Amino acid sequence: MNVSNNKHEHLDVLVSSHQPEPSTLKNYIIGFTSSVILTMFAYLAVTHQFAGKWVMIIILAILAMTQFIIQLIYFLHINQEFAPRLKLIVLLSMLTVVVILVGGSIWIMNNLNGRMMDTKAMEQYMNSQNSL
Amino acid sequence: MIMGTIFASFWLGKLNLKALPPNYIQMGGAVMILSILLGLLLFITVTKKWKWLYREWLTTQDPKKIGVMYILVALGMLLRGGADVALLRTQQSISVGHNMGILSASHFQQIVSAHGTIMIFFVAMGLMFGIINLIVPLQIGARDVAFPFLNATSFWLFFAGMILVNASLVLGDFAATGWLAYPPLSELRYSPTVGVDYWIWSLEIAGVGSLMAGINFIVTILKMRVKGMSFMKMPMFVWSVLGSMFLVAFAFPILTVCLTLLALDRDLGTHFFTAGGGGNMMMYVNLIWAWGHPEVYILVLPSFGIFSEIVATFSRKRLFGYTSMVWAIAAIVLLSFTVWLHHFFTMGAGSNVNGFFGIMTMIIAIPTGVKIFNWLFTMYRGKIKMDSPMLWFIGFVVIFTIGGMAGVLMAVPPIDFQLHNSLFLIAHFHMMIVGGVLFGDFAGISYWFPKIFGFKLNERLGRLVFWLWFIGFLVAFIPLYILGFMGATRRLDHYSAGLGWQALFIVAAIGTVLIGLGVGVQILQIVISVRDRKKLRDTTGDPWDGRSLEWSTPSPVPVYSFARLPHVTERDAFWVAKRHKIKDKSSYEDIVLPKNTPLSMVIGISAFATGFGIVWHIWWLAVVGLLSVVVTIIVRSMDEDTEYTIPASEVKKMDRQLRAEGGLR
Repeated sequence: MNVSNNKHEHLDVLVSSHQPEPSTLKNYIIGFTSSVILTMFAYLAVTHQFAGKWVMIIILAILAMTQFIIQLIYFLHINQEFAPRLKLIVLLSMLTVVVILVGGSIWIMNNLNGRMMDTKAMEQYMNSQNSL
Repeated sequence: MIMGTIFASFWLGKLNLKALPPNYIQMGGAVMILSILLGLLLFITVTKKWKWLYREWLTTQDPKKIGVMYILVALGMLLRGGADVALLRTQQSISVGHNMGILSASHFQQIVSAHGTIMIFFVAMGLMFGIINLIVPLQIGARDVAFPFLNATSFWLFFAGMILVNASLVLGDFAATGWLAYPPLSELRYSPTVGVDYWIWSLEIAGVGSLMAGINFIVTILKMRVKGMSFMKMPMFVWSVLGSMFLVAFAFPILTVCLTLLALDRDLGTHFFTAGGGGNMMMYVNLIWAWGHPEVYILVLPSFGIFSEIVATFSRKRLFGYTSMVWAIAAIVLLSFTVWLHHFFTMGAGSNVNGFFGIMTMIIAIPTGVKIFNWLFTMYRGKIKMDSPMLWFIGFVVIFTIGGMAGVLMAVPPIDFQLHNSLFLIAHFHMMIVGGVLFGDFAGISYWFPKIFGFKLNERLGRLVFWLWFIGFLVAFIPLYILGFMGATRRLDHYSAGLGWQALFIVAAIGTVLIGLGVGVQILQIVISVRDRKKLRDTTGDPWDGRSLEWSTPSPVPVYSFARLPHVTERDAFWVAKRHKIKDKSSYEDIVLPKNTPLSMVIGISAFATGFGIVWHIWWLAVVGLLSVVVTIIVRSMDEDTEYTIPASEVKKMDRQLRAEGGLR
């Protein structure tokens, strides 16, 4: 074909650098079903409260991370091609940003909570203000 | 009667006659925006331009045209935001002591929020995306962006958000909460009207558009560079856009989530940010600034890129310290995610937290300083031509350095405790955003104007514009530093006479008048330049003796951009080709371009309907709008016939003709 608009050249490289996936629909169904199941587990875990606070937090975090990885694999097809360096860089920078933001937010909000009045004392104070 | 009410509330939601403006000043705003709209529609109808407008502009997929539309919308919004400023400054110079000024307190707060929202999202972002659309594909030797339909859709979502913000002038009110709408004030309990909803949904829609545009340009830059252009041979503007778009891709999802949570609080009664029910309003502040600080660099990085191009071109030297510039951008991209807490030092976190973010803030000034010095060293011993783009650069260095040093000052938490929310802060960030972002965009527009439209802007008026803006800006904002030290806070609609602030507020208002004159001359400059376009015509395609690939094309750029794809072997490819008289020997080829389609516009209109429906609780409209978006996407995905081909012979004919007319190299 004589068509060599640069856009198509490059996008063709993008598309043809890996083998066509065997059954995309199957992958999407696996990804979707397992995501639904993991979400259901998380929901039931919260509604039934079958463990202590910290165990629950760890369980939920593990469920969330598992789902995150499943979505990367089944929806974003992260493992289906030999990853070029650029993709690795993008993935790593994404992880860096997520770690900074999530870690930073937890640090900041915990630090703030540690310096807050406890709820009872606050309610007492607010009631005393209302009566004025 | 009751049936009638139910009927009305189904079809119209919360919308009723009370939504119309309550007083004369607000009525004036509504009348003005409506008459501008009607005037435009009438003008197009009388001049019979509808067909042309539809065919050439509204349905286009060409980034060169989409860029022009972005810039036109942004300049229109600059006038809207400027009209807001005129009201604010008038109020602040006369509302002293017994005089209550011309605006009610609530209306004043609404105007402040609208000013901030519009200037950031619809002026600065619009100008930035406009210039990126125009220039990035040309600089990397590409004929299009990676995803043309997505690109047009981004523009139409931006447009839908813009219309939604302005609809608040006519129906209902706008958020009276400041431009970032902190809870608890922005929660339903304290802001029961539709104002905050307008704010949420216009930004939600425009923000999704920005996110898609960000992804689009990342892919374009990574995948569509012309043969031979390795990363370290890209023009600096392309590098800066790559950095900025990475920030868009990583930061804008935070904004979307944050706004959605606030909307859930308001519409479904959740408790993410309410004090009761286990929510935490500081989490909102934390999240919105985790987006908001990168946003500052999203806006300013492309301006840095524009200045890098301009300084090299007008000093006729290659850019000093290219590699260090690239690493400075990379450092800024990373560090911009580690400083967000400096926007809320006063929230009450411990000294470890404040200290960490204070130090990170000081560190981010280092790569920025590296860039300033690189530009100055580029000028050193260059043959500098002081055309208006270069004047904007000089103005930028002066203002940005003053503002930047004020920023480093406020990075020290104890000092910030004194200056937080004062006019000192207002002066600081206006110096960064006007002096840094807007001056950069203006410089870029006057620099690339001949490339896009085929004629230069009137240079004498261009200089006048610069001086009016530059002097007006200093007169308007230096007093705010002093007022900030004297204790004046932001969003102040009234103060007592004994404070002695009025004189400084009046000086600031005079500065605003000067800037207003600058804007007037800017409009005049465009009108005069269009009138004299034959005289100002750029026949060479290279009016400034440029360095990068966009100057190798004829001006205005033909629809296919490059008749033959250029070869790149070095940095500043076009400069090298000119100096070594390298002739392009590659052959002409068939060029495939995207066909026009109205579907991007349909998505924009549907998104507007959804937003408007949610704002007024007209749920049927919201559902219809959302369905329409989904259906349009499906229809578009089924369409196989989205491109057309210009045969090689045709390209050759057009190219020969254009080059014969213009004596191109």
